[in-house]
Amino acid sequence: MLTLRIIPKLEVKNENLIKGIHLEGLRIVGKPETAALKYAQDGADELIYIDLVASLYRRQNWINIVKRTARQIYVPLTVGGGIRSVDDAKIFMRAGADKVAINTAIVKNPRLISAVSQKFGCQAMVASLEVQKKLDGSYELYTDSGRTPTGIDPIAWAKKVVSLGAGEILLTFIHQDGTYTGYDLILLEKIAKTVPVPVIASGGAGTIDHLVAAYKAGADALAIASMLHFNKISVKTIKQKLKTKKIPIRI
Amino acid sequence: MKIALIDYGAGNLFSVERALKFAGADYYLATKPENILRADKLVLPGVGSFSDGMNGLKKNKLSAAIKQAVAKKTPILGICLGMQLMMTTGYEFGTHQGLDLIAGVTNKMKTAGKLPQIGWNDIRIKQPQSPLLKGIKSKDYFYFVHSYVTRPENPAVAAATTDYGGDEFCSIMSYNHIYGTQFHPEKSSQAGLKIYQNFVRNVRPAA
Repeated sequence: MLTLRIIPKLEVKNENLIKGIHLEGLRIVGKPETAALKYAQDGADELIYIDLVASLYRRQNWINIVKRTARQIYVPLTVGGGIRSVDDAKIFMRAGADKVAINTAIVKNPRLISAVSQKFGCQAMVASLEVQKKLDGSYELYTDSGRTPTGIDPIAWAKKVVSLGAGEILLTFIHQDGTYTGYDLILLEKIAKTVPVPVIASGGAGTIDHLVAAYKAGADALAIASMLHFNKISVKTIKQKLKTKKIPIRI
Repeated sequence: MKIALIDYGAGNLFSVERALKFAGADYYLATKPENILRADKLVLPGVGSFSDGMNGLKKNKLSAAIKQAVAKKTPILGICLGMQLMMTTGYEFGTHQGLDLIAGVTNKMKTAGKLPQIGWNDIRIKQPQSPLLKGIKSKDYFYFVHSYVTRPENPAVAAATTDYGGDEFCSIMSYNHIYGTQFHPEKSSQAGLKIYQNFVRNVRPAA
């Protein structure tokens, strides 16, 4: 039986693993390669790496981090942050990434989804959707690591990215990120039931119950950051606890 | 013993190479027919569509060399698309001729699940005696990324099967000297590395 994937999400800034709240207020937690190896050895099903700075000036350092990480793990690695073209995607795929997650650039140029998908296969094209809940309860798609509102409805956008060739959706709830108060189950369920491709929920995981609730809401995979980075719990313990709740999990 | 890793432009060889190194393989990248014909074993990787894969193999006359090598009993391991290309016919975006090393077709999964299937799924072993499966057990998990599967005509070709949303498909092939995995062993942690080790150490080359 296909299992629920547990995916540590590592956000990187200037060679450091960092973690913030609502994608802001960043705190250094260590070196990404060290954490990545530990998570992989602990049973992580995949890893997600996001470069939060994504400046061209520092890009070579970032590529080197991806290379060093990819060399020491034997599970899939998704890389995101600052990927603007097929050539950019190629650089990270060559460095050892299995998939690229793209947010800002596909909003500016949706044809990039088809181009990356055709070049590397749809499984390599992860559409990253960063979503903010508004005061009236509706949702809005953001770009630039949660800085720029777009006016786009995330559900309509989710359908569009799939029709253009995205093989997977990374759905980040900016309003929940770093809060330990749970994923946004309402939007998660809407999107997971609307699109025919797997959805990775991201932003808000704080307890095992949050993970169980997200699985029940239709998530195919769960991105987890703060819970792991601040050593509140290990990947192994998370998976064991989920298994006792009768959720299909690879131990 | 030399293993040729066939490089025909279908996807990333980075992780396959790393897994071969881990398994202690003496391998080289093969981009020409003569490099395929002089190998003791072949690895046919692949990510992408059936037609792109076959076009890549035909372009440099690699498909004819693979058929010739396999006809003289050189063992081959097809991975993901590589395994799918070993079938007679592929039905991804049209009808395409495959390598025809194994009689049968590659077609879309008939599943209640989402496509592509992405993630870790377990196997049910049908041929415990296969040299590719030493140390591998039923219920071991492997990493899958695919929408299409192989349907060998001869059920004895399947060394293991996997169920995804009601479609039980061939996840490992082992038939004479022809082997394949629908999953990516190079992305399947310890269990996957065992598959590479078995192909490198446990599968005998042609006499």
